[in-house]
Amino acid sequence: MDLNATVIGQSIAMVVFVWFCMKFIWPPLLAAIEERQEKIAEGLAAAEQGAERLDQARAEAEEIVADARRQATQILDQANARANEIVADGKNEGERERERQLTAAKAEIEQETNRAREELRGQVSAIAVAGAEKILNREIDAKAHDDILGKLAAEI
Amino acid sequence: MASENGYANSGEYITHHLQNLQVCRDDAGEWVFGKCPGEFWALNVDSMFWSILLGLIFLFLFRVVAKKPSASKPGRWQAFVEIIVELVDGAVKETFHGKSKLIAPLALTVFVWVFLMNLMDLVPVDWVPLFSEKVLHLPYMKIVPTTDVNITFGMSLSVFVLIIFYTIKNKGIGGFIAELTLHPIAPPLKGPGIIAAPFIIAFNFILESVALLAKPLSLSLRLFGNLFAGELIFILIAIIGYFQLPLHFGWAVFHVLIITLQAYIFMMLTIVYLSLASEKH
Repeated sequence: MDLNATVIGQSIAMVVFVWFCMKFIWPPLLAAIEERQEKIAEGLAAAEQGAERLDQARAEAEEIVADARRQATQILDQANARANEIVADGKNEGERERERQLTAAKAEIEQETNRAREELRGQVSAIAVAGAEKILNREIDAKAHDDILGKLAAEI
Repeated sequence: MASENGYANSGEYITHHLQNLQVCRDDAGEWVFGKCPGEFWALNVDSMFWSILLGLIFLFLFRVVAKKPSASKPGRWQAFVEIIVELVDGAVKETFHGKSKLIAPLALTVFVWVFLMNLMDLVPVDWVPLFSEKVLHLPYMKIVPTTDVNITFGMSLSVFVLIIFYTIKNKGIGGFIAELTLHPIAPPLKGPGIIAAPFIIAFNFILESVALLAKPLSLSLRLFGNLFAGELIFILIAIIGYFQLPLHFGWAVFHVLIITLQAYIFMMLTIVYLSLASEKH
């Protein structure tokens, strides 16, 4: 327990250790810690910036989508209008075609009717002549009574 | 166990375990072990050996990291070292407001070194002394340097020198003398009261000198006392035989607190004294 030269020895040891620590241990360690702190601060700032940019991009994207939606609606409207137009056009065309066909058919029918009537008229006169021949039991000059027969046929 | 190891009684066991391995020159000029009580030019070889060994271990463990510190990818050991460094750095920045390249590394060295020296207290009290006696034929071996008052006093003396150095550096020699003589009672400099000035200055000087000298003394004796008492209790527990195991464990658990706390207190007081020395009033 007595004080002796160990005091001096320990003091010298302490001076040497503290000097070594001051020269070779403390500065690099603190430099590393400070560098990391800086990096962390930078990283946090970058993250914040990134989040901001993300928000911006999101807003931009939303705008673009809204724009696209608007355009799509517009295009759809246009297409609908065009479709309606086409349908209307088609309807009109069909109507006209029908009309045309109808007219043509009517004309043909008229023509056919007239032709059949003419034919029938001829046959009726022949039948009438044959009937009259049978009734009178004698030969009648067809030519002499042609006008009468013609009138008769016209009345049918 | 005292009786089984060839000690006459437990008293001898205790004194043996508290005796440093001292080396000195005897009258014939030969180096002798353990025959130099009260002599100043003796060296406690065991204290010095363990103290320097532990100091080197501290420097090595920290130098490993400091050699190649990685800022982006710290390993486990580096992370651990950095925790300690940041603890010390925080304590220094909180207390010491000036600029000094010395104080933070000094605090780190003091903290880790004292902690390691205190930690030797947890090694069972008989292991190393028995080993050194049977194998190395050294009669004494005290492995906890901080239970040697020389070690703690050597450290606090270095701190004391730094306190005076910083006081003179920051306040000048005049400031240092003024601090010793003009506080706490300001002597009258005018009027008839000036007759009393020398007495007041003398009174201040005595008071302040005691306060100044008490700093290194209390610093070293606090650490020494705590660790010495702890070690003594470990030795006492070791005497009682087989029942020492639970007791030893209990005291060791409690002692972990003392070990850390005393190292921390030594560091904090070093910082506080040095910051007081460099602060201007």
